[in-house]
Amino acid sequence: MGKIVAVTGNEACAQALKQINPDVCAAYPITPATDLMQRFSSFVNDGKVDTELVLVESEHSAMSACIGAAAAGGRVATATSSQGLALMWEMLYIAAGTRLPIVMPLVNRALSAPLNIHGDHSDGMGARDTGWLQFYSENAQEAYDNLIQAFRIAEHLDVRLPVMVCMDGFIVSHSIERVEYIDDADVKKFVGKFVPVHPLLDLDKPKSYGPLILTDLYHEYKRAQHEVMTKAPRVVLEVAADFEKMTGRKYGLFETYRLEDAEMAIVVMSSAAGTTKDIIDRYRDKGVRIGLLKPRMFRPFPFAEMADALKHVKAIAVLDRADSFGGMGPLYSEVAGAVMQMDSKPAVTNKIFGLGGRDYLPDQAEYVIDELITIAKTGKVKTVKEYIGVRE
Amino acid sequence: MTAKPLKLRELAKGEERFVHGHRMCSGCGAPIIIKQVLMATDYPVVAANATGCLEVSTCIQQFTSWKIPWMHSAFENAAATASGIEAMYKSLVKQGRLEDRNVKFVAFGGDGGTYDIGFQSLSGAMERGQDMMYICYDNGAYMNTGIQRSSATPFGANTTTCPAGDAIPGKLQQRKDLTRIMAAHGIPYAAQASPSNWMDLMKKVQKAFEIKGPKFLNVISPCNRGWRSQTNDAIALSRLAVDTCYWPLYEIENGVTKITYRPKEKKPLVDFLKPQGSFRHMFSPQNEWMLKQAQEYVDKQWERLQKEAASFGAEEKDK
Repeated sequence: MGKIVAVTGNEACAQALKQINPDVCAAYPITPATDLMQRFSSFVNDGKVDTELVLVESEHSAMSACIGAAAAGGRVATATSSQGLALMWEMLYIAAGTRLPIVMPLVNRALSAPLNIHGDHSDGMGARDTGWLQFYSENAQEAYDNLIQAFRIAEHLDVRLPVMVCMDGFIVSHSIERVEYIDDADVKKFVGKFVPVHPLLDLDKPKSYGPLILTDLYHEYKRAQHEVMTKAPRVVLEVAADFEKMTGRKYGLFETYRLEDAEMAIVVMSSAAGTTKDIIDRYRDKGVRIGLLKPRMFRPFPFAEMADALKHVKAIAVLDRADSFGGMGPLYSEVAGAVMQMDSKPAVTNKIFGLGGRDYLPDQAEYVIDELITIAKTGKVKTVKEYIGVRE
Repeated sequence: MTAKPLKLRELAKGEERFVHGHRMCSGCGAPIIIKQVLMATDYPVVAANATGCLEVSTCIQQFTSWKIPWMHSAFENAAATASGIEAMYKSLVKQGRLEDRNVKFVAFGGDGGTYDIGFQSLSGAMERGQDMMYICYDNGAYMNTGIQRSSATPFGANTTTCPAGDAIPGKLQQRKDLTRIMAAHGIPYAAQASPSNWMDLMKKVQKAFEIKGPKFLNVISPCNRGWRSQTNDAIALSRLAVDTCYWPLYEIENGVTKITYRPKEKKPLVDFLKPQGSFRHMFSPQNEWMLKQAQEYVDKQWERLQKEAASFGAEEKDK
């Protein structure tokens, strides 16, 4: 049984990194992730970990150093937010394309312009096509748990891909919550020893990393990358099962809340799911059959499993904390993809909420549920995509 | 390990760690430089390589010319990538998970990947004191993408993005003096070398490998495609670059500047410019001022370097 503590999301993630003891971390400060890596830096300078810390001059170099270090043959982590992730963009593809199991907490934050340091999912959604696995966490406990599981998933020989563990900037990263820490020895045992695959530092068997591959084989290379991604969900569930044995805390590809007998569903990720669950309880008390689906794993997206979990509902509202301007919200697009696999398709709406740290309040959830009730009755969607919580 | 003697007969017997089969252009300076660098040492070497001619031509699909561990990840980050590799080595050795075999870490980049887009990453790695040597093969333009101007392009040069036009006759700015900028980082070793003076180059590599911490070596690398010169001219042209003092051979070791080779007779800059088609327009009567300006700049820089070196008297001490 671990220790119960009152900590912020960043503190919990720094603790997880300390317990995991990566061989190399490369870091560059950015709000709101700064606090995570500066806490970890203290662990390094106090000799609590063996990690070599590379304090680079940009996030681009942070990810580049992580790529070099991971190819060299060891366990590697970094953390970032927002513009930092945007600057890494080029290197994110290279990390995944090179099959390097780098783990990165992403403290979700809005993207400029205008400059805004607060939480939304624009950064993570911008990186959805990079080939990284993405997990979104509702609270500090989930961020901590996901981060520990992330190393096992990333380093699994069937996966060997980089993993991003996301939590909402400030809302989770800077709020103090109850978190149950796992004992150091248990974390160490759970994560296990790092198994290098084709390490660059194997001097007796020199390898070349990063070849040029043109029209003759690039396409096949990318299909192989896609196929590896399809193996990830099985590994994610295996790791979750082991994690549950250790902690009693259950994780899936997504979480459902009062969804089994629901007529209507809200799909929403991260911290907003907590508020939504409270409002769902109130409506349930009034006899409204509303439930929730909270994606945990956004990449790869569990289309079939989600289609199965939502197959009985008449109406779905997908809440996106990011927008694809001129398109639909990114989560909506994925859920719509899942809905397309159903025999009888529910009506689906898209609400954009909480950009740049705008509070997601109970009245917004109520507005969404009230509209869902009408849609479920009439089968008609008036506005497919709508911003909610807007100051008019 | 003591540095091996630099005798041609012995060097020729050594194991080659950068081998044939690559697709660098005929007459390119870069593979000559890489061979000289790797032949200069028996230490295990691990290299990071910036995107560029050298990278795209030496590791294609399942083929590689590198018999050392080698990694390319992107254009602007060879120094950061090498930093990561070096950090992992340090970490694993420290933890007793890897035997310390005195590995030398090197990053290779062209002038585009070093002077321009990779400048920040290089500066960061040098400031952090990473134990690595960054080697720039400077051919004076973005040759891989088709001869575009870089901040290493010499004054006056005709490139595809600063063509010698009727209104603007080529590049109107002097080149960035990167070797001095690197030395200004306070790193223990920064030097300039040329493949024509192979003994000087290899000595510098040997010396640098004995020094812990960040090192920078800038090597002139003729490119007949970009310079519009003959394919058998790489060594002759790099020698002319040295003998005209366009590319002086010197080193700055722990802040002490030393000229490592003085041409017996300093040749006029036109001797270096004339064989290169990229400077042809400078020889037309209306552009005479360009030749004059180019020569003045070389003279001024050479003068400054000599004064600086004289103030340390390092050459005198050697005698």
